[in-house]
Amino acid sequence: MEESFSIEKLQEKLKEKIKEVERLKHLLKDLKESSCEPDLLRPKTECCRLQNLGPVANLTKGDIERYSRQLILPEFGVKGQVKLQSTSVLIVGAGGLGCPAAVYLAAAGIGRLGVVDYDEVELSNLHRQILHTSDRVGLSKSLSIVRSCYRLNSNVEYVPYHLQLSSENALGIIKQYDIVLDATDNVATRYLLNDACVLAQKPLVSGSALRFEGQLTVYNNNGGPCYRCLFPQPPPPESVTNCSEGGVIGVVPGIIGSMQALEAIKIASGIGSSYNQRMLLFDALDGTFRSVKLRPRSPACIVCGNDPSITQLVDYVQFCGSAASDKDQELSVLDQQFRINVKEYQAMLSRREPHLLLDVRPEVEMDICQLPHSSLNIPFATFNRDISKATRQVLQGIKDLARENQDSQHQQENSKSIDGTFMQLSHEEGNHRKKPSENDKFIPIDTPAVVCVCRRGNDSQVVVKKLQEELKMQLSQGELDRNQPDIKFVDIKGGLHAWARHVDSQFPIY
Amino acid sequence: MDSNKFTSAGAAHQNTTRQSNVDLKLKLNKFKMLPVTVEFSGGAELLCGNVKKHDVDLPGQQNKWQIRNLLVWIKDNLIQERPELFLLGDTVRPGILVLINDADWELMGELDYELQEKDRIVFISTLHGG
Ligand SMILES: [Zn+2]
Repeated sequence: MEESFSIEKLQEKLKEKIKEVERLKHLLKDLKESSCEPDLLRPKTECCRLQNLGPVANLTKGDIERYSRQLILPEFGVKGQVKLQSTSVLIVGAGGLGCPAAVYLAAAGIGRLGVVDYDEVELSNLHRQILHTSDRVGLSKSLSIVRSCYRLNSNVEYVPYHLQLSSENALGIIKQYDIVLDATDNVATRYLLNDACVLAQKPLVSGSALRFEGQLTVYNNNGGPCYRCLFPQPPPPESVTNCSEGGVIGVVPGIIGSMQALEAIKIASGIGSSYNQRMLLFDALDGTFRSVKLRPRSPACIVCGNDPSITQLVDYVQFCGSAASDKDQELSVLDQQFRINVKEYQAMLSRREPHLLLDVRPEVEMDICQLPHSSLNIPFATFNRDISKATRQVLQGIKDLARENQDSQHQQENSKSIDGTFMQLSHEEGNHRKKPSENDKFIPIDTPAVVCVCRRGNDSQVVVKKLQEELKMQLSQGELDRNQPDIKFVDIKGGLHAWARHVDSQFPIY
Repeated sequence: MDSNKFTSAGAAHQNTTRQSNVDLKLKLNKFKMLPVTVEFSGGAELLCGNVKKHDVDLPGQQNKWQIRNLLVWIKDNLIQERPELFLLGDTVRPGILVLINDADWELMGELDYELQEKDRIVFISTLHGG
């Protein structure tokens, strides 16, 4: 048993390594074939001094042909083009917003384009982060962007930064650029960028997108407000949703990122932005763009006001109470005794232990994939909206299951009995069954354990905790029979992601 | 009825009754419902059953409806879950931008703004994804 287990493990490992080798071969081939300058093969990992971007005196014959369709616009013209080519733009975030922003800035002939991202390309990025390619999964995002842009327009000077923007390096990098684009995916970095742009006196073209909605504003430009003028306090972390949690239609950041490039081009060429002290609200479901007027710069703002208290960058992770990334955070709200890992659950399944599998993912996600055991789906949101209703549904599910087990028990009296429940196996082996009562308040003695699962093992913990608290409350208020046994609730650590990683490599990850 | 049947005192009485009827009507007018549109976006709609647009008639009241009263009314009538993600104390939680007829509420007096008929009040949860 022990040996076959380790063979399995080794085979799994081998598969992983083969995949890794394939990926490295791909990258090598891609690097060999690409005609990039050496700089575009090695992203910078720290702030470094760039040479000043000299002003452009004349357009070359090649420039004139390439940019001809924008040169003949009276509002833009040669003057605009020359200014654009003398301007440097820093894009922070090489994702859904950064890709379209970069591609239009590169195409239009911006002088220098810096791209900051600490992350590598993942398969789940590609539906919206359109400059990355399938064979670049695992490659640095900033590198991937500049290499795509280089093929489009090699006249632009590209600076890829493979680093996490921080209070230590932000000012050094930002000071060397004329305009900054906020294409990030988290609150902490947004406050960091805002403060850095105020301190370095750079306009900040800020975009954001989630689900079917997008927002765009230009901060700290022409005497307009900064991000802190609008939002002096960060939102509570539990109110913030990221794309991997909330989902996003790829075109939405595509539209907002393109708008960011547009506003940057307008600022660079001297036309000026339309979004100083204004915000664009894009609703893709309604198909509406709405532009609203914002408050002016606040004299009391702690960073851009008349008497600022923030004169250097601070700790933004602490300020926001959330990490400076949109990576999934691992919650730990549940005691270890109420948690099982995926291997333990796999063993439960193979022992055919009766239990209620409670899947708390949103209904829409149940269509994507499910664990190989029948389950009751009560979405996490239901527990927030109406805990007593959700609890009733869970208790009903337990009763139904107990009845089913009872029935099948009777049918196969002589066959090997699936005795006991998960709870009983772990605590009181060999307990004898009692008939389930018709009394609504009564929960059968052979109550199956409830195993709670979600995508990553965060919501499942919260639900177990809520259920435990709700039942405790109902018991104390006499709404439940005091003689009923405790129901053992557990959650599956790491959720479906862990199942895919450690049990079933064919199980989809989303 | 024929007013001639009344004594002069009665006529006077009737007059005052009429007068107070008019007053009452005026008062009823003052207390009539106030139709406004309340909208949620940026994810704030998830707190009210995923419905973005609410055409509501605010109940008539003696004092004018201000945003501060509207917030309480919304919490009691539209918010279905986690009200702490909408209100913090007597104002909206950080990260929600309030628009009154497409303008930042700070330009309009914030909590003190007096609602007018057909006003459109929008609560936008700011997005951070990219
Ligand atoms: Zn400010």
